Amino acid sequence: MPDGAQPVLDVKGLKTVFLTRGGEVHAVNSVSFDLRQGELLGVVGESGSGKSVTMMSLIGLLPSPPADVRAGAVLFGGEDLLKCSADHLRDVRGADIGFIFQDPMTSLNPVFKVGFQIMEPLRRHMGLGKAQARTRARELLELVGIPDAGRRLDDYPHQFSGGMRQRVMIAIALACDPKVLIADEPTTALDVTIQAQIIELVKELRQKLGMAIVWITHDLGVIAGIADRVMVMYGGQIVEQAPVGELFANPRHPYTRALLGTVPALRGPREAKLNVIEGQPPILTAAPAACAFRDRCAHAFARCSAENPARRPVVAGHDVACFWDPETGAADA
Amino acid sequence: MLDAPTPGRKLVEVSDLKMYFPITAGIFRRRVGDVKAVDNVSFDIYEGETLGLVGESGCGKSTCGRVILRLYEPTAGTIRIAGRDIAAAPQDELRRLRPTMQMVFQDPQASLNPRMTVAAIIGEPIDEHARLDKAARLARIYELMDQVGLNRNFANRYPHEFSGGQRQRIGIARALALNPKFIVCDEPIAALDVSIQAQVVNLLEELQDRLGLTYLFISHDLSMVRHIADRVAVMYLGQIAELGPRDALYAEPLHPYTQALLSAVPEPDPVVEATRRRVILTGDVPSPANPPKGCNFSTRCPKVMAICREVEPAFREIVPGRFAACHLHSDTDSNTTAGQTAAPEAPRSTQQGE
Repeated sequence: MPDGAQPVLDVKGLKTVFLTRGGEVHAVNSVSFDLRQGELLGVVGESGSGKSVTMMSLIGLLPSPPADVRAGAVLFGGEDLLKCSADHLRDVRGADIGFIFQDPMTSLNPVFKVGFQIMEPLRRHMGLGKAQARTRARELLELVGIPDAGRRLDDYPHQFSGGMRQRVMIAIALACDPKVLIADEPTTALDVTIQAQIIELVKELRQKLGMAIVWITHDLGVIAGIADRVMVMYGGQIVEQAPVGELFANPRHPYTRALLGTVPALRGPREAKLNVIEGQPPILTAAPAACAFRDRCAHAFARCSAENPARRPVVAGHDVACFWDPETGAADA
Repeated sequence: MLDAPTPGRKLVEVSDLKMYFPITAGIFRRRVGDVKAVDNVSFDIYEGETLGLVGESGCGKSTCGRVILRLYEPTAGTIRIAGRDIAAAPQDELRRLRPTMQMVFQDPQASLNPRMTVAAIIGEPIDEHARLDKAARLARIYELMDQVGLNRNFANRYPHEFSGGQRQRIGIARALALNPKFIVCDEPIAALDVSIQAQVVNLLEELQDRLGLTYLFISHDLSMVRHIADRVAVMYLGQIAELGPRDALYAEPLHPYTQALLSAVPEPDPVVEATRRRVILTGDVPSPANPPKGCNFSTRCPKVMAICREVEPAFREIVPGRFAACHLHSDTDSNTTAGQTAAPEAPRSTQQGE
């Protein structure tokens, strides 16, 4: 990761609230992060931690109502994406920010040929003619490793296997040479051997094309193999952020530490009993006034219920939202 | 828990089990082929042990678990649980055998009736198979809820009021209601978050120690299976590719499919990940309606030989306690031995490593 590179995407104080019949749900609470040129940022968290909602809010993909992006700024290419018009946002989404979703079956339209779906953004955003778009679509399918690309353009999504469909999704997301690619659990619905294929593909494409990638997942193993930098989310907030090696070597937040401990190892000594994070993730009916993890935390003390810890730097590039200090075992300033 | 070579009595004996689902066509629903979901599967489960059954989606592992409890009518083969032949038992006898064998399902949302309270769900097997008066029945329900860590004050609540992990506990309590000996756990943690998965797995292990249960643990999560299972069977396209004691299988897999599967699992350690050499399988799993000739895995195998495309390898004991279906380990083929197959070099695989 090139240090000191310019951020391509700069998110500040993003807050997203869902208005439901049962009241408000504060899904994203003051999330700030940046994404640097060419880096792969991993976002880890359990379901409901706000990782997908964060990414969808920043490019206006959430229907409103029920979603309401209350505050924040998303700086991309010198403008605030939260302030620009829906039309302009649509241009940005197709051309500059690509999105890969979890389930390739539901995110491809079953009644259109795959070729048409890849050509659509090319024609809209890049103004290519039909023939040009088709040539480019074939190149894209070849790029993502689909054999016999020219003929496969005329196939429908159901004629592809799960892994191949995800490759098509990647081709669509890459169609207009985006600067940023957001991949939301792109391999969760796939088998491990197919997941390994897709991960290798993304690594390869990244070297070839050099875009910045946000990779959302709950799988710490995937993150360890692919990310440059990792953000850990819990209760709609970023609780820890560090370069990948640093995070796995010196996790600071009790949640990150516990999460790393709950995954059984594939080799080495076998643990007699799995570590457990007791309790349930919080229900976010109000903006947090205290640490969201305090009820499940083994190190919580009085201050954690009185105040929501802000992210503070521990070493260069590593910051954590927690009062507890793992070295001294005491509360930090 | 027992480690191999496993002593003890065989509780479940499955031999040459086949489960074919017919493919029909035309207005007369003529049978035109079969989906060979489970094809000639044989294994034993010893009393008190956990057999892990792993494989990718569509490999037939869930069908295998269901057919063992005769939730499907097997096409051929025998299933003996505690000495009784389940595959051939008539319905009324089967019903009497049901209490000893139970199942925990993958999706606790779908396997619990949303209109029944927790007490009714857990009490239903008791009503069906045991004669208990009202007080004894309620006491048993409370006991079961305590056992799985559910608050007994919630007995009159409905499944939607519980979280995913708690719902899975309800499913486990229901499975335990009739004091079974053998439980098929069909992906019991696949629908749960990582931090909740550990809670449910610990509960299953605790119950096994306390009640002396025998599990068939079906999962696609290889690291979780390594944690919970004593022996592991790897399925591919309806057949068992390899079966062996957990430690040996993970340390030195015999079958090229097991090797590829293990090498594909990402590990939560950036240092390991950066230096790892992966066997990346090309292509997809073939259709079980039309499996390849010869070895099932021959279309994707990085070590495929001419014989693999012609002759189906026999599932046989390679080393005592370790079984595999692979020509690499057959006696007639002397160029490879069990020890050498762990070496990664192979012509058709894409080797990765940075």
